[in-house]
Amino acid sequence: MTWLRDSWHRLRSLIRRDALETGLQEEIRFHIDRQAEKNLRAGMTPDEARRRAFVQFGGIERTVESTRDEFRPVLLLDSLQDLRHGLRGLRRAPGFTVVAVLTLALGIGATTAVFTVVSGVLIKPLPFPDADRLVSLKHGSADLNGGPPVGMTATLLLTYAKENRTFQRLGIWSRGSETVTSGAVLEEVTTLNVSVGALPTLGIPPAIGRWFVDEDHALGAAETVLLTHGYWQRRFGGEISAVGREIMIDARPRTIVGVMPAGFRFLDETPDLILPLRFAPETLTLGRFNFDGFARLAPGVTVEQASADVARMIPIWIDAWPSFPGIDRSVFTNSRMVPVVRPLKQELVGDVGKMLWVLMGTIGIVLVIACANVATLALVRAEGRDSELAIRTALGAGRVRLARELLLENLLLALAGGALGLGLAAAALRLLAAVGPATIPRLREITLDSTVVLFTLGVSILSALLFGSIPVAKHTGRRLAFALRANGRSGGSTRERLRARNTLVVVQVALALVLLVGSGLMIRTFLALRAVQPGFTDPHHVQLVRVTIPEALVGDPEQAFRVQWAMRNRLAEIPEVSDVSFTANVPLAPGERNRSTIIRDDAPAGDADRLEPMRWFRFVTPGYFHTIGTPLVAGRDFTWTDLVDHRPVAVISENLARELWREPGAAVGRRIREGTASPWREVIGVVGDVHDSGVQEPAPTTVYWPSLMQQFYGVPVNLRRAVTFAIRSNRAGSERLLADVREAIASVNASVPPTRVRTLGDLYDRSLAATSFTLVMLAAAAAMALFLGIVGIYGIIAYAVSQRRHEIGIRVALGAPHHQVKRMFVRHGMALGAAGVACGLAGAALLTRLMASLLFGTSPLDPITYGLVSLGLVGVAALASYVPAHAVTRLDPARALRGE
Amino acid sequence: MKERGDLLQGTLDMLVLKALQLEAMHGWGITERIEQWSGHVLQLGQGTLYPALYRLERQGLIESEWKVTENSRNARYYGLTRKGRRQLAAELAQWRRTSEAINLVLAATLQ
Repeated sequence: MTWLRDSWHRLRSLIRRDALETGLQEEIRFHIDRQAEKNLRAGMTPDEARRRAFVQFGGIERTVESTRDEFRPVLLLDSLQDLRHGLRGLRRAPGFTVVAVLTLALGIGATTAVFTVVSGVLIKPLPFPDADRLVSLKHGSADLNGGPPVGMTATLLLTYAKENRTFQRLGIWSRGSETVTSGAVLEEVTTLNVSVGALPTLGIPPAIGRWFVDEDHALGAAETVLLTHGYWQRRFGGEISAVGREIMIDARPRTIVGVMPAGFRFLDETPDLILPLRFAPETLTLGRFNFDGFARLAPGVTVEQASADVARMIPIWIDAWPSFPGIDRSVFTNSRMVPVVRPLKQELVGDVGKMLWVLMGTIGIVLVIACANVATLALVRAEGRDSELAIRTALGAGRVRLARELLLENLLLALAGGALGLGLAAAALRLLAAVGPATIPRLREITLDSTVVLFTLGVSILSALLFGSIPVAKHTGRRLAFALRANGRSGGSTRERLRARNTLVVVQVALALVLLVGSGLMIRTFLALRAVQPGFTDPHHVQLVRVTIPEALVGDPEQAFRVQWAMRNRLAEIPEVSDVSFTANVPLAPGERNRSTIIRDDAPAGDADRLEPMRWFRFVTPGYFHTIGTPLVAGRDFTWTDLVDHRPVAVISENLARELWREPGAAVGRRIREGTASPWREVIGVVGDVHDSGVQEPAPTTVYWPSLMQQFYGVPVNLRRAVTFAIRSNRAGSERLLADVREAIASVNASVPPTRVRTLGDLYDRSLAATSFTLVMLAAAAAMALFLGIVGIYGIIAYAVSQRRHEIGIRVALGAPHHQVKRMFVRHGMALGAAGVACGLAGAALLTRLMASLLFGTSPLDPITYGLVSLGLVGVAALASYVPAHAVTRLDPARALRGE
Repeated sequence: MKERGDLLQGTLDMLVLKALQLEAMHGWGITERIEQWSGHVLQLGQGTLYPALYRLERQGLIESEWKVTENSRNARYYGLTRKGRRQLAAELAQWRRTSEAINLVLAATLQ
């Protein structure tokens, strides 16, 4: 409590300072007058009385100064004065200031940049009201044969909507693309298809107009559409009158009922249009998990409770709806479907979280190294000011006061570094947004906001404390008395002084080792991933374009197939195109998944209860395997006749053949089918495995069906209308080739523009994007750390050389060869490096376990990486100490002995 | 940290409080009184007296106000507060205990 009164007094005196000052002066004057009177009464002359009175009083200024200390609010005003002193001091040492500020800017800037990403992606809630109440609805099963959990079916939505006890609302959605016709112009747009209640679940109302209502989702009612803000601006110029107008989508008119607000983002999608889902009654069966689902939890409900509720509803659903044609109801019961209910944000962010936290840790280490560097610089500087500080201590400055002054100076440095670092971070973020890997979700939500600025401030202050405390501890206090000795330095002998700096350098080297080991492991991971055979060859020379032939355009499937085939032939005629074919699904493309079970004709007896694992389904055309380079292991490929004559045939992947029949060759001639009501289909060929869900995962077992089939799941003629053409050409990716492609397709049918233009190589790179991004970041951090470590070692050896000039002079004068003296210093440097490596190895072994989930094909304790990095670092230490040690040779022993 | 300076400062504070026990005085008056009472042995350095006065005021042990002296001069008079009186009593008791103990030690070695 006394401190409270003290502060109050001090605060009051700040206001009354002038009054106190004059008051004090007056008191002193009074005192001296009375003393003079006393002297006069004692018999002195008036002048002498006055003079003696002054002498008897003592130093007036000193009294005033000491008294001022008692009433001036020390903290505030002294700090301002210290600040001014600090600024002046820094200006007088420009070299130190510039290097320190730049180093700090690097460390703080990098930390801020990574924090901004972490904040925007992992910490910030999704841009919906009460976003933490939103969960994603998916389903998993005991064996899904690789790949993510499946989503929702229309019937699941209806069952859950009716039976649930834990959701406020729920909805399902799917992606799509449609063609918008305005006059003669065709435009392919991306769409979002939502169920009734999906948008209200999210809770973002349209900026203009209304949400979908129940009628919009009813069959036979007028067709409606919602525009997104971007599309509304682009196509309708932002006119409000757009609401109520009609646009032609997929050759059918739809009424615009509303416009979503700017900045509305559906998870990570940015569709052009939003369409209401309609379910035809005959499609309401179990199966075909084509949708993703989400729900808003009722107040007070936990995710676990919701999950349990969904698990309860699954059997209800299985009984409530007719089974998918060709598949028995028991398949669903036996598949032991389980709910996968997760917070929506987690669903979106996924595995990126792990990677980002690893990055955060890495950058934190870089910051510590940067602080160690600046601490070393500050130590050197503080040593130079020892005499000044010693004199001030002798004159009465308290240790606390000196410490505060030094810390304030360091704080200035840190704040300057932080401000500069903030600028660097902003630039880096802009770069990231431009180049940014697609694997970072919510990329557009990453902004430099007040949280980030506060974080930077906090980090700057922390850094100041970190690197400032060491010189302050060593250079204030009683030991300063030593500083007033002849050589004008405190802190004891050279060895003592070097101890702090030695420790700092060892810390730097240890941390640099940790980062280098991390980078080494990532490099090995990346190389291991690239070494995996993906199942196709030379993907950068395969151009992909997607073409959809809607029913409204060409109704008959056979006819549509001929149109597709005609396009294929036209494309093959383009110069420098070596091969063309088409398929319904390309490898590594996100969101293309068709999985189901198959039945084999020679299933062993007693297998009826065995759970059939899910296989991936792909729909291909003849020549596809050859185009993308998947090897044919046994049997033969499809032919044109196979498809046109509707022959029941299939091709399977090698791992599936081995799983079912042990040898690829044995698979040829066997028969499989997708459902009990379907005809048996003969396996005519086996192809090599394709790593469809990424090279990190084992290749899924796949069945390749012909793109045109009869009686597939009961559909008389099944044709994949949306196909991707794979065009192998030297000119893949070039504009000219694209122009030729567009022309070729248009020449067959002008109403179907090609979309999703990319190369197979793009998809392959994207699948590696997360790893390559992490690798680049870690390598950059390690490079920074290595650089700072080298600078540290160089600095300390150079310092040691300059400090021990006397000793060197003696040695050389006594006949020691130069290389022997140099070796002394190089050994010192290598000893530091080795000590750092030893400490770092322990740290690395501990910390790399945290990144184990990011690695592939290499263990966190990979001996090759550790060994190479350790040896390399010691070698680098030797090199970094050799250069300043070399300065020994330029030393004139005579002058060194004289002490110059 | 109890340096020599601190010990003297504590003792000085006690003397000032004692000097103000009977009546309020200004700085000059305190100096004179202590000098008289101590038989001209203790002569307070002004460099320590005025800081001490301001410190004691900040700690709430004395309070000051400007008054006019008999010579029609302005002077700041300091007086004890209730807290100051309690503090003085405590310090006197402590001083007696300490000095008795020291005397005992000194007397013992002479035998």
